Amino acid sequence: MHPAFSVIFLTTLIGAGQGLFMALVTGQVYSLANLLAPQDSQSFYAMGALITATLLAGGLVAAVFHLGKPSYFITRAWRGMSQWRTSWLSRELIALPMFMLLVLAYAAVHYLGWTQIWFTIKGQIPVDASLVIGMLGVLMSVILFVSTAMIYASLKFLQEWHTALTVANFFLFGLASGFMLAAAFSAWMGIELVSFFGGWAVVFTVLAAITRAFSMLRNARIKHKSTLASALGIRHTKITQRSMGFMGGSFNTREFFHGQGPVVLAMARWFFVLNVFVFPVILLAASNLLESASLPVLAFVVQYLGLLAERWYFFAEARHPQNLYYQTVG
Amino acid sequence: MSQLALVIDLNVCVGCHACVTSCKEWNTSGWAGSLADQHPYDADPTGTFFNRVQSFEVGQYPNTETVHFPKSCLHCEEPPCVPVCPTGASYKRPDNGVVLVDYDKCIGCKYCSWACPYGVRELDEMQKVMKKCTLCIDRITDETLPEAERKPACVLACPTSARLYGDVHDPDSEASEAIRERGGYQLMPEWGTKPANHYLPRRKTRMQIFDDELERVDNPLKKEAPLPAAKGETLDDVAY
Ligand code: SF4
Ligand code: SF4
Ligand code: SF4
Repeated sequence: MHPAFSVIFLTTLIGAGQGLFMALVTGQVYSLANLLAPQDSQSFYAMGALITATLLAGGLVAAVFHLGKPSYFITRAWRGMSQWRTSWLSRELIALPMFMLLVLAYAAVHYLGWTQIWFTIKGQIPVDASLVIGMLGVLMSVILFVSTAMIYASLKFLQEWHTALTVANFFLFGLASGFMLAAAFSAWMGIELVSFFGGWAVVFTVLAAITRAFSMLRNARIKHKSTLASALGIRHTKITQRSMGFMGGSFNTREFFHGQGPVVLAMARWFFVLNVFVFPVILLAASNLLESASLPVLAFVVQYLGLLAERWYFFAEARHPQNLYYQTVG
Repeated sequence: MSQLALVIDLNVCVGCHACVTSCKEWNTSGWAGSLADQHPYDADPTGTFFNRVQSFEVGQYPNTETVHFPKSCLHCEEPPCVPVCPTGASYKRPDNGVVLVDYDKCIGCKYCSWACPYGVRELDEMQKVMKKCTLCIDRITDETLPEAERKPACVLACPTSARLYGDVHDPDSEASEAIRERGGYQLMPEWGTKPANHYLPRRKTRMQIFDDELERVDNPLKKEAPLPAAKGETLDDVAY
């Protein structure tokens, strides 16, 4: 498939945003259980939620450029919410704005200090508006992760994507980069939570490395069900295309081929393996020793760049069966 | 419920592209238009087509055979392109099974083209919406046309009658009969899309000639020896 930069930015930006939001709520829940020191509502939770909202907004801008015309965003995109019964893309288009609203509400509640306790569960856990909204946001974030990943995983003849590993990868990459960003944010603000978020970021990064390794292994030995023989219905082992019917290219030659050689592919693979899985962990470990405020930020930036390459590779490694029909210009 | 479709006879298609040009002509100027071209007179002309004719070489030289292969939307009975569309722009007509795109609803997200294994949907670069073969819906449903012309433009244009059109759910239609009697098959059956369009395979016409058909066993010139010479009185001698 041809990797579209709009979709690369959309999925990586909202993934990091979702992960960051889940990190914030995790921090809040831990502090309720007295496992972590409570943080300032305004400067930590509200600011963190605003960073999340910024990432989501960035993703939305990228998504607008994926539409046929950006103007369709205003005139037609609302229709994209209508087919949620059958379409994972439609479900994503519903989940994304709902998640954004919850994130903004979470930021508002914390910023305005509407954190009076509503009731306590079993006399121990005080529940306020921010906790309820935070929990709903986490739920919506999970729905959004699943919807985004299922857009790809549900296409059964894109065999490289049609696996539960795709969902696991999207989820873990989002969590890893989000917790990484939470660590960077805490370090930058001088808050004690760097090692807490950083620790989780390392855990999720390692888990993501495992599931991505499995999916790369799976894709390396994948056996495609469609062949030229089944595409044409001609029972022969040696079929060569002599002409695809035109010479100047078409939508089918532009949309479904990445057009790069094996060298670029291998470079992208190494780039993302090092930048997503290796360097950020080393940087976090170093910052832990040096107590640096900037190394976690660098770790997040490095990992995000790696994730861009990972998403590019994700598209490039999927081979669409329609390509069987577009092999030879002649 | 009927399911209109094309049946394409690979045995007689000569790869002349008449269906390609007639399809483009009809549809760029009709309901589904326009099918814009980009730099049509420059080095890399490109544009939207609903129908393409490709050519394949089957076998290894010298035992090869050229197969011309027309390809358009197959109007699948289980179209994977329809349920994935977020806007409802892609739909399958319940009355005749034709798969269509509502250009006023489409947001050009291209997801349906990813979901079609056959690569027959093309994004129109000018209108920025998804387009594909409509089975000439504006011809086949036009009651003002004489019955014989209520057929897709490509079917009418084909000089070798390689394209048959009809209701594949009606067992007595020309299309169903051709599928049944001439080994009609579907493309990529492995995905369960149940394409309505079918293809008729290449068939070899081989003459079966045995030696005894060239040289008759009972060839009178060969078999019969010269007539035996008459001995004594024959019937001729007594008849008159
Ligand atoms: S051939 Fe492709 S576009 Fe046409 S109905 Fe089937 S899946 Fe959809
Ligand atoms: S490109 Fe148009 S028809 Fe295709 S899935 Fe998107 S909105 Fe639907
Ligand atoms: S049926 Fe009509 S739209 Fe479809 S390929 Fe033939 S001429 Fe083109």
